[in-house]
Amino acid sequence: MASIALKNVSKSFGGREVIASLDLQIERGELVVFVGPSGCGKSTLLRLIAGLEDVSSGQLLIDGRDATQLPPAWRGLSMVFQSYALYPHMSVRDNIAFPLKMARRDKETIERKVTEAARVLNLQDYLDRKPRELSGGQRQRVAIGRAIVREPVAFLFDEPLSNLDAALRVNMRMEIAELHRQLGATTIYVTHDQTEAMTLADRIVVLNAGRVEQIGPPLELYRRPATLFVAGFIGSPRMNLLGGAAASRYGAATIGIRPEHLSLSTSEGRWHGKVSLAEHLGSDTFVHVDVAGLGTIAARAAGDLDVRHGETLWLTPDESCLHRFDAQGRALAA
Amino acid sequence: MARASDNRHKLLVTSVAWVVALAIFFPILWTVLTSFKTEGAAVAIPPQFLFFDWTTQNYAEVWARTDYLRHFTNSVVISVGSSLLGLFIAIPAAWSLAFSPTRRTRGVLMWMLSTKMLPAVGVLVPIYLLFKSAGLLDTRTGLVIVLMLSNLPIMVWMLFTYFKEIPRDILEAARMDGATPGRELLYILAPMALPGIASTLLLNVILAWNESFWTLNLTAASTGSLTAFIASFSAPEGLFYAKLSAASTLAIAPIVVLGWLSQKQLVRGLTFGAVK
Amino acid sequence: MASTHTGATARLMLSPAVALLLLWMAVPLAMTLWYSLHDYQLLMPRGNDFVGLENYVYFLTDPAFFQSLANTFALLAGVLAITVIGGVGLALLLDRPMHGQGIVRLLVVSPFFVMPTVSALVWKNMFMNPVNGLFAWIAQVFGMRAIDWLAEAPLLSLTLMVAWGWLPFATLILLTALQSLDAEQKEAAEMDGANAFARFIHITLPHLARAIAVVILIQTIFLLSLFAEILVTTNGGPGTQSTNLAYLVYSQTLLRFDVGSASAGGMVAVVLANILAIFLMRLVGKNLER
Repeated sequence: MASIALKNVSKSFGGREVIASLDLQIERGELVVFVGPSGCGKSTLLRLIAGLEDVSSGQLLIDGRDATQLPPAWRGLSMVFQSYALYPHMSVRDNIAFPLKMARRDKETIERKVTEAARVLNLQDYLDRKPRELSGGQRQRVAIGRAIVREPVAFLFDEPLSNLDAALRVNMRMEIAELHRQLGATTIYVTHDQTEAMTLADRIVVLNAGRVEQIGPPLELYRRPATLFVAGFIGSPRMNLLGGAAASRYGAATIGIRPEHLSLSTSEGRWHGKVSLAEHLGSDTFVHVDVAGLGTIAARAAGDLDVRHGETLWLTPDESCLHRFDAQGRALAA
Repeated sequence: MARASDNRHKLLVTSVAWVVALAIFFPILWTVLTSFKTEGAAVAIPPQFLFFDWTTQNYAEVWARTDYLRHFTNSVVISVGSSLLGLFIAIPAAWSLAFSPTRRTRGVLMWMLSTKMLPAVGVLVPIYLLFKSAGLLDTRTGLVIVLMLSNLPIMVWMLFTYFKEIPRDILEAARMDGATPGRELLYILAPMALPGIASTLLLNVILAWNESFWTLNLTAASTGSLTAFIASFSAPEGLFYAKLSAASTLAIAPIVVLGWLSQKQLVRGLTFGAVK
Repeated sequence: MASTHTGATARLMLSPAVALLLLWMAVPLAMTLWYSLHDYQLLMPRGNDFVGLENYVYFLTDPAFFQSLANTFALLAGVLAITVIGGVGLALLLDRPMHGQGIVRLLVVSPFFVMPTVSALVWKNMFMNPVNGLFAWIAQVFGMRAIDWLAEAPLLSLTLMVAWGWLPFATLILLTALQSLDAEQKEAAEMDGANAFARFIHITLPHLARAIAVVILIQTIFLLSLFAEILVTTNGGPGTQSTNLAYLVYSQTLLRFDVGSASAGGMVAVVLANILAIFLMRLVGKNLER
């Protein structure tokens, strides 16, 4: 277990800056998620920490020691790749054993650790198979097994669930959370999926265009987004963002209101419009209302709300939960 | 009912396909059959298909009276030699193109391909004269060099398309797992690249074995490969069908078998990965 | 730091291949160009004067040149027509389920591996010979006159024997392309009411288009320098009836020892090939983008 610190780290590819000077402190045992849209630099940042890319400037400290120039293998980190990167010509056993073999551990140790990892990950029955004979979820477990046998000081996950189908993704997400609880290891997890970020993270780092938008625990980001970008990115369905007169009324360039902070009425309220879509999820209903001059606004209602396309509804925001942003997209104090 | 008509359909397809396939294969079959006939039976009218006196006399005579073995050795040395030498130069080149791509990678690959399109006759005169003055004319070394050069673009391209399919993630995973460059090569790269290297070698041996422009123009009797050896049968005095067939069978058998083994890779190799 | 290091290593690994190919291409080509502008006779070492474009004039006005040019293209067109049409047909046939598919495939691809000299001699003697050939016997069985194929129709005979060798190549590539056709696409077309013929025209053929283009262009590279088959069967004759450009250059060099005009011929061949090459490069280049 180790702490990881980035000091003024930046990265350019051929004159194009993909990571602008960035500071980040990751504590021991913490699970930090880098989240952002594709191309925001989150994977590059992970690869800089892994040592697969060289930083253009700045410093990387692992447990307080400068690791900026260390080759990847010497940093004591393990990585789970998006494609799993299993060695296709090796059995599951040999895949998991590979890092130990490279570290020249003795045969008994290797055997013991592989068996232990297989037990934890439920892979005992597949040890002699080749990767191509496994399902997506099993491959994912092998990749994780290969990462844990090294007993790294930190785990790096690069979009590990993006190649799995939806149901499996939810399962693996829980498994990874469980694994992190068991091992208590420092973990950096990269994803573009804000749900994954919200459910897994101790702290989330939201990245956009190579810059950090906000760092904080999931609920803090949800409750107090520091920027318009974070407000729009975190939370599902998305926060309603309104400009123009509706916003200037509150002295802001843009205001944001989450669907659950709107109350519905069939007779009165701040805004009204016709229902364009009602998504009945069972526990909740998300109602999309076309408000003249403002666009479509989503609101959460009770699951048993009986509302149909074309009906007229009134919406009223809970003003205590209103988010206000200035013209640069920065949050204004409440 | 649907099953019965499916089966009948399959039977029809099977018989049509076999008739066509045998017709296409017939010249080879006929050559092999003729090689086991006496010279008299070989030219008999009507032709004798299976019911003739089988003899291995022709093989014995080809073996005893001609320099078959020497030409065979030449063919092996030239085709295997030029392919191995080519691999030696093409592997690092393809490796660097596949794993360290730059802005010029595409241009380099296209240019290499363009050299393969240079017609051999365009450079026949200078190569002939250069070889003459360098004493390489009619030597195996000379042919190894020429065939290596003429197939080098194909080798680089073939290897490139195979190497490109090795995911970069896997190389990075190996680095993360603590493999030194040497061990990365030994445990990860070699096992994954070997099938591609093997099929490149195989296809180029086949191409070099059958190459017949440079082998006919740059060699005379002594270092001639089997292509040249068979060409010498075109002289009227050499015209004995059974012996010609025996010599031909000996010349094509090894490479047809190799070809059967590599037919799948052949498509990729000869289309530069455009068809897989 | 590490990346600049790997960049240098990468260049070092690439350079032998690039240097060798550069030498292989540039030096002889420059020499060919040089010779083509000089009066250079192998048997008269004293000559070697600069003559400008005289060799080109000589070569291009030689009636044999036009005949060889026409023959080159006739051979090319004939072989391409047979192999592409035959190849599509064979690929469609071999793509269907049948008994012994593996063996059928092996039988069909075999001719491609037969060396040109063997194939030419076998066809010339055992099939096309007017006295002892199988074709003569077949003609006789049907009460027809036996044809001396290589004397009476040398170009057609050459076309047939060369096409026999290249048909497997076309078949194999088209079959591979055919097998990558999504079955669901065909089923969707069937649901849309397309009959077998319409499916072939609207689904299968467009899918094969690129493979067909690849077949045409790669065969063109090899067929433009067709040589061995001519050397061992007709020697370009009778007269120059079956002489192609490659064979003409060869006969100028190694039979008449006229290096100057042979070089001019070589340059003409290079120019022709380059025109065709541009098309192939475009095609293969597009494939790189994917």
